[in-house]
Amino acid sequence: MPPPVARDPFRFYTRLTLTRLTGRRAADLAEMVEHLRHASGSVIFHHTHHFLVQHQHLSPEPPNDFAFWVRNVLQEDQLGERLAAIDTVQIPSLGELRERTIAVIEDYLATRRELRTAPPGEEFHFMDAISFTLPTHHEASTLAEFAAGLREVGYATIAYHLFEARLRVGAEDNDFSRWLEGELDERDLAAAIRSLDPYTHTMEGLRQRLLRMIATRLEGEQSR
Amino acid sequence: MTAGLDAYAPFVGHATIEELRLLGERLRGRKVQNINSTAVGGGVAEILNRLIPLLLEVGVDARWDVIRGGDEFFAVTKTIHNALHGQAVTLTEHDIAVFRETTEQNLASLALSDDIVFIHDPQPAGLIEKRAPGSHWIWRCHIDMSAPSPPVWEFLRPWVERYDAAVFSAPQFSRTLPIDQVLIAPSIDPLADKNRELDARTIESVVTGLGIDPSRPLVTQVSRFDRLKDPLGVIDAYLLARKYNDCQLLLVGGSATDDPEGAQVLAECRERAAGHPDIHVVELPPTANIEINALQRASSVILQKSLREGFGLTVSEALWKGKPVIAGAVGGIPLQITHRYSGILTHTIDGTAYWIKQLLNAPDFAQRLGENGREHVRQNFLLTRHLRDYMLLFLYLSHLGESLIPLD
Repeated sequence: MPPPVARDPFRFYTRLTLTRLTGRRAADLAEMVEHLRHASGSVIFHHTHHFLVQHQHLSPEPPNDFAFWVRNVLQEDQLGERLAAIDTVQIPSLGELRERTIAVIEDYLATRRELRTAPPGEEFHFMDAISFTLPTHHEASTLAEFAAGLREVGYATIAYHLFEARLRVGAEDNDFSRWLEGELDERDLAAAIRSLDPYTHTMEGLRQRLLRMIATRLEGEQSR
Repeated sequence: MTAGLDAYAPFVGHATIEELRLLGERLRGRKVQNINSTAVGGGVAEILNRLIPLLLEVGVDARWDVIRGGDEFFAVTKTIHNALHGQAVTLTEHDIAVFRETTEQNLASLALSDDIVFIHDPQPAGLIEKRAPGSHWIWRCHIDMSAPSPPVWEFLRPWVERYDAAVFSAPQFSRTLPIDQVLIAPSIDPLADKNRELDARTIESVVTGLGIDPSRPLVTQVSRFDRLKDPLGVIDAYLLARKYNDCQLLLVGGSATDDPEGAQVLAECRERAAGHPDIHVVELPPTANIEINALQRASSVILQKSLREGFGLTVSEALWKGKPVIAGAVGGIPLQITHRYSGILTHTIDGTAYWIKQLLNAPDFAQRLGENGREHVRQNFLLTRHLRDYMLLFLYLSHLGESLIPLD
């Protein structure tokens, strides 16, 4: 039996970002919370996601910017650990991610009497991600073509389809799972991708994991 | 001649090169005029020399002009440069008159009609006076502006506020401005003599030629002999570490003949190093790129113990060679080093000595820092990332204030 062919092919996009400086800076946790209240979704996205591509080979991987600053500059290890452990994959929107971050800090502040202040020059600088999306030349109509495209594209493409579409654009699902299920009826594969915690992999690690999942599925297809 | 874009694929991958060409397609034929104050020497000219041919290759109609000015003008702009770096200096009425007069002369002689005019640093900032309707203007500041002298900044600010966007190298350099400000770090070229791979024989020949023992650990700082790079602090840190670890120290920097204070700092370093045969204080000409490359590659640990820093690209140069780096947490250095992941950030002489010992005694950890550092530079501080950011900025000028920009 020939492999299923999508009516609507999957076009791999890439997402490139330019960093906008907001001029907002925090020297302690109270200032951080105050700025967080006014931070846009794209600011939250920048500080919780830019390291996924920018630090993508670091081992062990640093946590998000908020956790890193709290732990390394303010030396508040316990709060740093709590911020790093926020389960981003379970949070449906950037607004809710912001509220969760504020709640974790406020919860911690309620038990503290004194605020530590960052040394001069080590304040937290709030930055904003300007995201540009553009189609690459890679397109897939079958599962095998999808795997071939996945092998070729850059890390920004993987990050875009797995993280950005869901969190920034408000889609309920990641792009890969949605297309695989909707166009190729690959329900199990789509569910397996959905259940990955992409925040605990490097981009290359994620690519290899996805490729292995697809290879297993294709082998199963051939042996039938 | 600068290598073509495909020559960078082995370092950054074909997908990155494809992304650059996709961006270029969306800027095809767009005219971009770069203007700075010198055609040779200095980091800005070095970067433009490498970037302009690559912009042309991907389809951007980029060109580069240089403003003209006399000695008096450049003396004033040197004062402005120092003031923006934080020195407590002011401009006299005569200085202001000289600056305005030279700006007027350049306004009269330069054609400023391109789609995008990209002004580098304060010297040509006043050219915005002749902004053509429909054109976009960018001011790129390469200076550490974290604590500028207020009267000098107030002199420049009215011009800067008339641009569409300002570009800074580190977040702490940004100012409160009514225009968009973006972060674009400088970059290193992996194909340049200063960074390309070298064979072992070349490295050993350079090292032994300077009287350094290649069989013993070498701790190196590459920088101008400038108090802000704290070379005497480096010697003190080395001497503390040397009590416990057999190692050599190399302080190597560019020629200081045109800088009276540099010559004095060099003399002080030599005086402090006297009687310590394992401390090598070496002055090399600015063209000694392969020698600097070899010395970085021969080192066990690289220091950049700056007290103040614009960006500190020597850090990226060392990280790109897979070296563990101990550096001051100033200027753009924290963008290049994530403490204990891709290098070590320190604040004191004692801290620097402590980490020299740690890294010499824990070579596996030191190696991991170096490997992480190289990958961090690969993702963030190579020329191709710089080219991408400039093209994104050019595209952003048509979408000012937006955060999600589809380029279908």
